[in-house]
Amino acid sequence: MLSNLRIFADWLARTALSETIQNVSWIIPAVQTVHIVCVAIVIGGTFLVSLRILGVFAPSETIAALANRFLSWIWYALILLLVTGSLLIIGEPGRSLLNPAFALKMAMLVVVAGLTVLLQRPLATDAGFWDVTGGRRLTAKAIAVLSLVLWSCIVFAGRWIAYVTAY
Amino acid sequence: MVQEFIQWLNDSTLAATIQASALMFPWFESVHVLAITLVFGSILVVDLRLLGLASVGRPVTQLVRDVLPVTWIAFAVAVITGAAMFISNAVEYARNFPFQMKMVLLVLAGLNMLVFHFVTCRGVGQWNEARRTPFGARFAGGFSLLAWVGIIAFGRWIGFTIGF
Repeated sequence: MLSNLRIFADWLARTALSETIQNVSWIIPAVQTVHIVCVAIVIGGTFLVSLRILGVFAPSETIAALANRFLSWIWYALILLLVTGSLLIIGEPGRSLLNPAFALKMAMLVVVAGLTVLLQRPLATDAGFWDVTGGRRLTAKAIAVLSLVLWSCIVFAGRWIAYVTAY
Repeated sequence: MVQEFIQWLNDSTLAATIQASALMFPWFESVHVLAITLVFGSILVVDLRLLGLASVGRPVTQLVRDVLPVTWIAFAVAVITGAAMFISNAVEYARNFPFQMKMVLLVLAGLNMLVFHFVTCRGVGQWNEARRTPFGARFAGGFSLLAWVGIIAFGRWIGFTIGF
């Protein structure tokens, strides 16, 4: 598995696109800037919704109203994150694909994306879904805390790709 | 005077401690990135409202009251972690062009906010619930948005240009 990944990374590093990204010095910081701006949209949206569920942000707005306004943006931002993230991988495949911090980041991303869908979905048909029973309120709060922790750790893991040595 | 202060920071025990640790700088940096994304992600909500592009159903003053405490807490965390990184290599940061530009943009973003709060907002009662805000408010929103994208861009460029 790991040796196959290494062969793939080596091949990717020799493609024309990768060589261009490696040789033009402004591409990586520019793509990283777009990446961070998109991360900001995701962090802003998910944090505000989580903080609302936990009762510390905008108590005069309903969870559904905030989720409708903010969570719809994060999926577009995630698409751009996938594109910019892929460009960063193509530019430096060995640094990311073979990096434990990157693997952890992707694993956490899958989990938190699933949790976000779980939170957002029922609100489309029933705005009060997370408010009607004590059990649901507790579930929503648990998702909110997990979401805050996981998104923070995703940002941390992203930065640590630069410090953790690849396999 | 400023030069001497920067040199003093640069030679401080705190600077030596951060440099000697393998973990401190990356952690300051990680928390700094998280804080900045929350600063920009939250202020963006206000900027887009002022531009008439999002949250148009919410009164401007209410939205500002809700969102700004989050922005300020995140900003405080960004300043503390940013200061720690600056101290670790003060002389090099001070003469780094992207760092200087980042600070200029921060000051401009601050001035923009002051003008918005103390001048533009004087007549907010007339457009608090309007989808289309007056030019001054739209300018403030657009300026803030661009300034923060610039702050993030120059911040990222520091890492590629700083000498150690």
